[in-house]
Amino acid sequence: MNITVRIQRYNPQMDKAPYNQDYSVSVQPEDRVLDALIEIKRNLDGSLAFRRSCAHGVCGSDAMIINGKNRLACKTLIQDVVQAEGELVSIQPLQHLPVERDLMVNQDTFFSNYRSVQPFLLSKAGLSTSQGNFTPAAAPSTTLIPDDAPQTPESLAARGEYIQSPEDRALFDEATKCILCAACYSACPILDKNPNFIGPAAIVQAARFIFDSRDTGLEPRLKVLDNPDGVWPCENHFECTKACPREIKITKLINQTNRLIKKYREERGEVINDGVAQSS
Amino acid sequence: MVHEYDAVIVGAGGAGLYAALEASKTAKVAVVSKLYPSRSHTGAAQGGIGAALGNLDEDKPEWHAFDTVKGGDYLVDQKAAMILAEDAVRAVYELEHMGLPFSRTENGLIAQRRFGGHTRNLGEAPVRRSCYAADRTGHMILQTLYQQCIKNNVQFYDEFQTVDILLEGTKVAGIVTLELKTGEIHIFRAKAVLFATGGFGRMFKVTSNALANTGDGPGVLARAGIPLMDMEFYQFHPTGILGMGILITEGVRGEGGILRNNSGEPFMKRYAPTLLDLAPRDMVSRAIMTEIAAGKGIRGDKKIDDYVFLDATHLGRETVEAKIPDIADFCRTYLGIDPAEKPMPVQPTADYAMGGIPTDVDGRVTDGTTLWEGLYAAGECACVSVHGANRLGTNSLVDLIVFGRRAGQDIARYVKNAKLSALPEDGAQRFTNFRNKLTDGKKGPHPGPLYKEMQETMMANVGVYRTEAKMKQAVKDVQNLRHQFAELRLEDTSRQFNSDLLGILELENLLDLSYITAVSALNRQESRGAHSREDFPERDDGTWLKHTLAGFENPHTSQQHPAEAQVAIRYKEVDTSVWTPKPRTY
Repeated sequence: MNITVRIQRYNPQMDKAPYNQDYSVSVQPEDRVLDALIEIKRNLDGSLAFRRSCAHGVCGSDAMIINGKNRLACKTLIQDVVQAEGELVSIQPLQHLPVERDLMVNQDTFFSNYRSVQPFLLSKAGLSTSQGNFTPAAAPSTTLIPDDAPQTPESLAARGEYIQSPEDRALFDEATKCILCAACYSACPILDKNPNFIGPAAIVQAARFIFDSRDTGLEPRLKVLDNPDGVWPCENHFECTKACPREIKITKLINQTNRLIKKYREERGEVINDGVAQSS
Repeated sequence: MVHEYDAVIVGAGGAGLYAALEASKTAKVAVVSKLYPSRSHTGAAQGGIGAALGNLDEDKPEWHAFDTVKGGDYLVDQKAAMILAEDAVRAVYELEHMGLPFSRTENGLIAQRRFGGHTRNLGEAPVRRSCYAADRTGHMILQTLYQQCIKNNVQFYDEFQTVDILLEGTKVAGIVTLELKTGEIHIFRAKAVLFATGGFGRMFKVTSNALANTGDGPGVLARAGIPLMDMEFYQFHPTGILGMGILITEGVRGEGGILRNNSGEPFMKRYAPTLLDLAPRDMVSRAIMTEIAAGKGIRGDKKIDDYVFLDATHLGRETVEAKIPDIADFCRTYLGIDPAEKPMPVQPTADYAMGGIPTDVDGRVTDGTTLWEGLYAAGECACVSVHGANRLGTNSLVDLIVFGRRAGQDIARYVKNAKLSALPEDGAQRFTNFRNKLTDGKKGPHPGPLYKEMQETMMANVGVYRTEAKMKQAVKDVQNLRHQFAELRLEDTSRQFNSDLLGILELENLLDLSYITAVSALNRQESRGAHSREDFPERDDGTWLKHTLAGFENPHTSQQHPAEAQVAIRYKEVDTSVWTPKPRTY
């Protein structure tokens, strides 16, 4: 079948403003939108710029706006788009991030927000570990590391894994699915009015560790999250949840994080720092 | 622009990040990658990491090592396999302590499941050895290592393509890179350089590999005259999604999934009576192609793109959603099929290069006679060799964490006393000339048709079953394409984000590696592991129990006419010091 792909082009070095360019492409109905872009790039117009890698929705390179929706080009089939929206497929770069060229956006802000939540395990002291299978005879069992034992990964590698129940593991499973594609960041209506908002993905990444039983949790990340540009600007529009190609219930995770912060502050007789609340 | 570091890591997948993490503890390290690190293809690995933790079944590293050797059809270096299996246990615990969210047993230990070719007590029965995080283990490894690199302030140069290696004799001096954002050339001067650029499955038409898996590291080193090892051994994973090649993890069969032909028969019982659907991948891929050739594929037309069914319907919805949620999602997205209700249409897909840059067990590049001082490789682009003629499932992740970690540790030791080498005066010259020619204003063809022809000839002629005539055809086709490559010109002549230029650089690497692969395959007159010849159906230990080393002759003079560079073949001994080679049955 033949479809028309209308792509927003823009090379800041050469163009005064973005413009649309139409390409007529021959595709199979079950092809991905990404296949159409690759066909254009390889055989019609080598100057078209977009990012891509895994081509099956796990690397997060090719989030873009396809017919007005934030989605991955490699997880969107031509037949689904055409059936619902007709044979003109229009493609634009993600919003809220500056365009570098055509469909490529500069992700610096997105990744610096990600980094700001300390997206790595800050392990608790005194976690239980197994003994580890270092000798053939050793059966796994649970021992408690003395509190004064050094807690670096190197010293712990001489022991087995931290013990974590399947129930505790399930508490943060949802958040581990994030591929940092920035579709949610583009979809979020809050970022239209507050570009300093940390954004949905960064909160998901914080939640990934806050709700992990092995992690020290909220406290080290409190300053970034309990902040007028942290979790509080979210107004529950659910646009992030709708956009997420990994079907993460992002809004729910943001609300869980909000509640945890409120509880933390209440327990200490403190006020949340949303820029509005006053101590009574 | 010239940067100076103790060590530069090229590639930011699992091997590169683990090495960076280790080396940066004491050395000044930069990671240079053509992708943002979190886009690397380690993230696509699904099933798990093989490690003899013994959490659910009794297990020992020695058994893991034996399975690796037998799975590799005895072309594995056996002491390296012992190191692989022993360090796997350490690396898995270490990753867990870094935060990797493994699935858990009832007792809160790392969960483990069965995988092809992994057995108890030297082949008795399947063993639960694969440590997994649902069906996104690779994603979790990549995320965890990237997180730790952020924590430890590792320096990243994202979206820099490495185009050349700089050597002073056989000693590393640095690398030449292209910054995609600006089009500027950056030279990294370093005492040590590690290549961890991943695979090159994009040389085949149907592949599980990312579009970025174009063998940039091995391509650059081959053109610098460093031979590549065992390139004829390329793994076709038996269960790729029909037509697209997207992987359906072996974990599906580990959980009890069954392959069926067009009469519904679970045909693996005729090929591997003990391990059935959990036989090693080369055997399962051959079994599928044999069924197809006998008209027992689902279409039944005996064509090589026919397919079979992978049936997981009997596992129940709960298991499907809990154990293989991403697979279920792929099937719904790309096939409109719910694997809890309908079987999945699958066919072999090009998945993994057993061969690559030859290294020792510390990631140091050596062909057994020459050691390239300061030069390292790890992960899929390297060949230690722990996979021999056929890699076992999970051992790709094991390889990259074990040898990425070990290479990083060795780099830290090495750079302490090593000195920076002198940079050649015209280090960027070759690349500058290359780019100038591409933008000389002449009209040239698009790279698209070359890509397509390369992938089609490699798939049809250097695939699961091979013959002399087919491989000769592939060698001829690829050589023609290498000549046509010289006619290509860039349509996009701008400097910033010129992905047209990147695409041509990637194609050059794939064409050179396709050529070396096809020549190496044609040369080996036996069947072993993934290299299966209809005209030489038996393994021949007397003549062929040896590694292939294939390198470009006269690489320096051939720079003027790169396509004229011919491949010369030598051999290297296999370490069989632990187990005597035996016939391989399951």
